[in-house]
Amino acid sequence: MSGSEAAAAAASKGGVQYSKIAEIKGPLVIVDDVENAAFDELVEVETRDGEKRLGKVLEVGNGKAIVQVFEGTTGLSVSGTNAKFVGKVMEMPVSREVLGRVFDGLGRPKDGLPDPIADRFIDINGEPMNPEQREYPKDFIQTGVSVIDGMITLVRGQKLPIFSGSGMSHNLLAAQIARQAAVVGTDDEFAVVFAAIGVQYSEAEYFKRSLEESGALKRSVLFLNLADDPAIERIITPRVALTVAEYLAFDLGMHVLVILTDMTNYAEALREISAAREEVPGRKGYPGYLYTDLSTIYERAGKLVGKKGSVTQVPILSMPSDDITHPIPDLTGYITEGQIVLGRDLFRQGVYPPVNILMSLSRLMKDGIGEGSTREDHGEISNQNYDAYSRAQEVRALAGIVGKAGLTEIDLKYMGVGDIFEKEFLSQSIDENRNVEETLSILWKVVSQLPKNELTKVKDKYMDQYYQGTD
Amino acid sequence: MAAQGRIVWVSGPAVKADGMSDAKMYETVVVGEAKLVGEVIRLTGDVAFIQVYESTSGLKPGEPVVGTGNPLSVLLGPGIIGQLYDGIQRPLRELSKASGSFIGRGITTTPVDMAKKYHFVPSVSVGDEVAAGNVIGTVQETDLIDHSIMVPPDHPGGRIASVVPEGDYDLEVELATVESAAGGGGDDGGSNSAPAEPLRMYHRWPVRKPRPYKDRYDPTVPLLTGQRVIDTFFPIAKGGTGSIPGAFGTGKTVTLHQIAKWADSQVVVYIGCGERGNEMTEVLVEFPHLTDPRSGKPLMDRTVLVANTSNMPVAAREASIYTGVTIAEYYRDMGKDVVLVADSTSRWAEALREMSGRLEEMPAEEGYPSYLASRLAEFYERAGRVRAAGSPDRDGSVTLVGAVSPSGGDFTEPVTTHTMRFIKTFWALDAKLAYSRHYPSINWMNSYSGYLADIAKWWGQNVSEDWLDLRSDAYGILQREDTLKEIVRLLGPEALPDEEKLILEVARMIKIGLLQQNSFDDVDTYCSPDKQYRLLKMLVEFYKRGQTALKEGAGLADIRAMPIIGSLLKARMEIKDEETQKLDQLGAQMAEQFQGITGVKVPS
Repeated sequence: MSGSEAAAAAASKGGVQYSKIAEIKGPLVIVDDVENAAFDELVEVETRDGEKRLGKVLEVGNGKAIVQVFEGTTGLSVSGTNAKFVGKVMEMPVSREVLGRVFDGLGRPKDGLPDPIADRFIDINGEPMNPEQREYPKDFIQTGVSVIDGMITLVRGQKLPIFSGSGMSHNLLAAQIARQAAVVGTDDEFAVVFAAIGVQYSEAEYFKRSLEESGALKRSVLFLNLADDPAIERIITPRVALTVAEYLAFDLGMHVLVILTDMTNYAEALREISAAREEVPGRKGYPGYLYTDLSTIYERAGKLVGKKGSVTQVPILSMPSDDITHPIPDLTGYITEGQIVLGRDLFRQGVYPPVNILMSLSRLMKDGIGEGSTREDHGEISNQNYDAYSRAQEVRALAGIVGKAGLTEIDLKYMGVGDIFEKEFLSQSIDENRNVEETLSILWKVVSQLPKNELTKVKDKYMDQYYQGTD
Repeated sequence: MAAQGRIVWVSGPAVKADGMSDAKMYETVVVGEAKLVGEVIRLTGDVAFIQVYESTSGLKPGEPVVGTGNPLSVLLGPGIIGQLYDGIQRPLRELSKASGSFIGRGITTTPVDMAKKYHFVPSVSVGDEVAAGNVIGTVQETDLIDHSIMVPPDHPGGRIASVVPEGDYDLEVELATVESAAGGGGDDGGSNSAPAEPLRMYHRWPVRKPRPYKDRYDPTVPLLTGQRVIDTFFPIAKGGTGSIPGAFGTGKTVTLHQIAKWADSQVVVYIGCGERGNEMTEVLVEFPHLTDPRSGKPLMDRTVLVANTSNMPVAAREASIYTGVTIAEYYRDMGKDVVLVADSTSRWAEALREMSGRLEEMPAEEGYPSYLASRLAEFYERAGRVRAAGSPDRDGSVTLVGAVSPSGGDFTEPVTTHTMRFIKTFWALDAKLAYSRHYPSINWMNSYSGYLADIAKWWGQNVSEDWLDLRSDAYGILQREDTLKEIVRLLGPEALPDEEKLILEVARMIKIGLLQQNSFDDVDTYCSPDKQYRLLKMLVEFYKRGQTALKEGAGLADIRAMPIIGSLLKARMEIKDEETQKLDQLGAQMAEQFQGITGVKVPS
């Protein structure tokens, strides 16, 4: 068979095959004498033994194409490897049948069942939502976790990450949110999309079991790239998961909660590729476009005008050495609509959930609470608690130096507030589902330890109604 | 003639094309079969380096690139107000008609509705001489904006040969024709004059070129924002420059939204540059329902939005800043005060860095290109209070406020440090204040305003003579507190004498009752200059009376126990701007209660 016939045969299968591999370095394969490849195009790399791996074009021009191989380049050789340019970008087949299924990090079935019959094939990169077509998120999600509902309220269509550190209880918290948030508002269909990005088998298994026990598994889609799966695949995992989530939300009208864990592994995979391409690094060796790249994941949350469903994201990331100024949490915080920060001190004291409320924030809270959704005093009482707890922390620090004797009477009251806040409001058990009324009444109980004059953030009319103190 | 080349290389938003020897620097080009918009940013031989404003996914070497002959320009005319544009002035509402909920590629639309008719009132007649910048008539663009139709700044000018009568016209109609005197001889019947470009309601202007003006003045009038910590402590002038740096979660966006909502300017240009999609949606949803406190009309009637959210193509993010500032200058030229708010200039700098990296330029600090500082300087220099070109005389201003998102909240990073060199008001946001929910979290020790001296005159003339003294007293208390805090940190508050404890107490009251402001409270969100002054005065008076009371034998505990404190601290929320008599009553109660505590003690 002549060369042109071979090319024609390949073309008839839907792509053009090239065999001239010029270089393999890290996760990249550089193909020579390429004529008809497009930027971002999907590539099938076939090894000598007929094993097929997927990749995509990162750069093309002057007869060369730089291909990133998702499943790694281990075992590839310069001779005997073929690259086939498929003629389209990477797509994920979607249909209602994906619910209840388990896929690998590239979106291929991992549960031994056949491919779901596709209703549509969707480009996994998605397209940016037109801000004009977004619907501003303001529907309160009751998670049943007091600290979230009361102080860092989550709303439908929000992206609210959990900033954690290694070993802390972020998985328990995320699983609790997934179980309990799913129960409320039962008229609308809900779904959970879970993407494990380079996490241990046991963590992924915990989520699966947790969803199973609550009966939510058949409404869930799982994408698993475990710690021993190819690292470069992690670039794709959140994207296939979000493609499915967008389909469920905007084509089928479901409220979808997406949990991505752990985004730190994603950023590390991105750094690996950037280093292999010899790009000028930004901070800590991460590429200068890390912010833009992360935004193409996080911004895929939201609600759209005229569509019933919503995509809510709870990404989890572990802060390297608990450092919130590290580029990954830093850039994430600039994109997401707030953050739930777990505190090592609270975790050590055995508090669950160990949320450091002072560093945490929900930007969309103000529109999700108040009259008509939670209660009219919600915003003010939550502010008052922030204020009181922050003062309590100052007093605690001071007490560490001057001792309790050096404190004023009012300072001592603030110390009491801090203790009650942590014991009665923050702490709750893994299966405890508090409604928002209970949550708010504990918040009032906490600040009612203080004299009225100290409550400067609450209007007098709410004081008359809810204040439980004696002063 | 227009360049016609072929793509030879694609990598992300960067494309190289050969056969482009006719292309000019910063010329707009149409890239590929998908007809994507791009801009030439480097020329080497016949190879042009192009930044593409849309996603290049699927683009192949060999596809055509066609030059347009024009630099990246915006269309300026009635219909801009109330729009939401992307970084290259494509109206997002129109894009959604073409491509639905998500942003498609290769769509061409006009920035404004060219067929919409506006009621044009001419102010020139046949035979009048006009020059570049002259106003030839007005149209009512929105309830708030009377829009001057001006001779474009690059027009040669000449004598009006014909002009349409007052009436309703769309944008394409020739409103007036001009005979240029450039043809020679002058006015001997017009036979020697060459016809110049006819005047329409709109013209185009290249975004990277500042619009010319006649004169430039010092900014001396405050831009009132209704935000106490800004207006009272760190004011900005109309035509001035300001910057808000802050780590995430410190409230940059909320502060910028507050400025966009309440600033006493006639036009607001809000640029969402590489930020969250929902923030733009919030403005879009909220502004039509908010009314301008001065005119009572919806705020959207004076606002233009330019949105290039973080996940939209990075090259268009770089352009969005220029698109916004050119629109701002256009309204300035009509004699209006314009505020431009850019959130965030760091994302713009990152876009520069990304393109610079793809161009393989030698990086300076943290990978940013060496021309970062000069680009920032050029941008902030487009602010100013000016007398517009042409007649009649019009004075307008562009005030630039840029957010900076320093990585890790570190103010020593390149974008923050370079920005500080080119701005005069610096509002430093503080993560510690934000963590304790002190909003706006503008740190009063690190912030500054270079306009204070000039602006103090305005307050002296328009509000009260003693404004500057009161401000200095209040600021002095905050400074004293800052030093005392160090002692408290080591020894505890009980180690201080009562006089110094009083400073701590009053500083706390200034923080809660004056510096803090709740943007989400209906009353507190905007504070009139008069109410700001009265609150300031009462707090300073509290301090002075407190000092006297201590001298006359009262204890600090007595002062702390006064019920007036609670009312003073809640006055910002509980008392509306127009209820000045309630503020007067508070003042009277305060005096009474102080008399009460000293009255008890002194005789004993």
